[in-house]
Amino acid sequence: MSSLLQVENLTVSFSMPNGAIDAVRRVSLGVAAGECLGIVGESGSGKTQLFMAAMGLLASNAATAGSVRFGGEEILAAEPARLNRVRGSRLTMIFQDPMTSLTPHLRIGTQLAEVLVCHARMSWREARIGALRMLTRVRVPEPERRLEQYPYELSGGLRQRVMIGMSLLCGPALVVADEPTTALDVTVQAQIIELLRQMRREIGMALVLISHDLGVVAGLADRILVMYAGRIVEMAGAVDLFERAQHPYTAELLKCIPSLSGPRLQRLPTLAGQPPRPAEIGAGCAFAPRCPRAADRCRAERPELTGSDAARQVACHFPVAP
Amino acid sequence: MSGGAITGDARTGGATADRLLRVTDLEVRFGGRRVLSEVSFDLSAGETLGVVGESGSGKSTLARAILRLIPATLGSLVWRGRDLRTCDSSELRGLRREIQMIFQDPLGSLNPRLTAGESIAEPLRIFESALNTRQRVARVGEMLERVGLDAGMMDRYPDESSGGQCQRIGIARAMILSPKLLICDEPVSSLDVSVQGQIVNLLLDLQRDAGTALLFISHNLALVRHLSRRILVIYGGRLVEVAARDALYERPIHPYTRALLAAVPPANPWRSGAASSGLIEAEGAVRPVTGCVFRDRCPYAVALCAASVPPLEEFVPGHSVACHRAGELPPWAAQSQP
Repeated sequence: MSSLLQVENLTVSFSMPNGAIDAVRRVSLGVAAGECLGIVGESGSGKTQLFMAAMGLLASNAATAGSVRFGGEEILAAEPARLNRVRGSRLTMIFQDPMTSLTPHLRIGTQLAEVLVCHARMSWREARIGALRMLTRVRVPEPERRLEQYPYELSGGLRQRVMIGMSLLCGPALVVADEPTTALDVTVQAQIIELLRQMRREIGMALVLISHDLGVVAGLADRILVMYAGRIVEMAGAVDLFERAQHPYTAELLKCIPSLSGPRLQRLPTLAGQPPRPAEIGAGCAFAPRCPRAADRCRAERPELTGSDAARQVACHFPVAP
Repeated sequence: MSGGAITGDARTGGATADRLLRVTDLEVRFGGRRVLSEVSFDLSAGETLGVVGESGSGKSTLARAILRLIPATLGSLVWRGRDLRTCDSSELRGLRREIQMIFQDPLGSLNPRLTAGESIAEPLRIFESALNTRQRVARVGEMLERVGLDAGMMDRYPDESSGGQCQRIGIARAMILSPKLLICDEPVSSLDVSVQGQIVNLLLDLQRDAGTALLFISHNLALVRHLSRRILVIYGGRLVEVAARDALYERPIHPYTRALLAAVPPANPWRSGAASSGLIEAEGAVRPVTGCVFRDRCPYAVALCAASVPPLEEFVPGHSVACHRAGELPPWAAQSQP
């Protein structure tokens, strides 16, 4: 499969006062043109750093190994000038908090137009028309008025619509959305998910959706990767993952989500323990200390990601029976 | 006053004995702006009362006003016969030991310069100063065990602990005086999904053992459903719906409550697309100040909604709603949730 984005054996480590910490450990994945890939994991699982590395946005104490190719071109640790040709135009990112990712002292119109001036070499006059068209496209009401407004004047939902519009201005091949609805209220979240769904239908870009919320990912993703302690532990089609989770972590996590219907529970289902800190991860499976199926082998030997089908993989010595 | 309109079962949840707290027409203003208006409800001993609303709805303000961490501008807060709004500071000090709170940010709500043991011991130093060091250490050790932390945590600082551990420390600190009411303000929303259930179960265990009432504030409707006997839905600083759990989840009336329930993403992809609030999206960051506070997002809003504030009224026994159009709304069709 020729992928739009191909990540091979990517490791991201951070040098800390007490030594180096690996946030992402030898991760390989591909994103095909037009698909929506969901990345699910808890805090510290490495899901954000994986894509920060791909975007060249890591903190200064980070080091990377491996390869990230976008459209066939190596972009890991590329010169900023080279990276900037794709970043912000062909490859874009949406962040969790639309208030802090928009510049507070610039009008919405200026921020949107700037993208087209920089990347599409438009004049400011043309860029402004492009910005207006995009605001209409992402269903921002009264778009002319919004161009003159500052971010603080908009609701959280509208700010995220503006961010999504900004990410789509240059016709990207891939948009990476990192927790795009986490800072929003649940009623607004549903509207933003719907907008992302519409934009995929209309523009056809590939979308990587990073979230801790399986429900948010379920609504959009074609395929889902589950990460734990810096590694991919399971990869499956979205329906398959929810119906036939093979990794015990995925299976337990699905049980932990409280539901709106069905019998009321006296106690909530739980997963014992907590996600490990990077320094606590030993030679075996990182999930073994919390795993109901763990055996001696799991503590001694780390399971590799395997499967008969390239699209259906699990890293577990004793996967849950399908 | 709408406070008088919510009566009987809706206000008390059916219980009349053992009333701990009666809130009547509570109002809080920041500057000139009202952030809480005409809030009235009762809370009984040992009860779990859920408070559901989005960010900015006033749910944290309500919690802080009950503790008098911020002053209420109108109304009354009667705690076991004494008005918290008017009692003097020495009386308030005594009442505060009966009402404790845990916060959303477990790390930020602990003093970074105190070890877990010192944080948990602090309420004892203040309220049970007769205890000697050995007795105090014993009580702290006991409490640590009850919240599921091992004795080695005693000397750890918050930044050496995980979010879940910090929240357990916060719970231990709040529960060590066996309060009659524990206010939980989004106690698990900053924790990982796999840890949330542990903390909720711990709260339920402690509640059962100590008979503590819980005021459980959350934006997570699914979580509140499993915990609460009765639920207040708050929007724009006003109660818009108050009902027993099953009535609220099976027969929601207020368009806002319905939108909240419809917007929860179903946790399985083959039913995706079902999650949609059906609401008009808020455009600005400011809510309407006249008429119904929800009218700019409400698909059912009519001229009357802009003209006057709908009072919270009992619609069916035990179920109150603040909506001019409550009687005319289409029947609620439960979504095909998992």
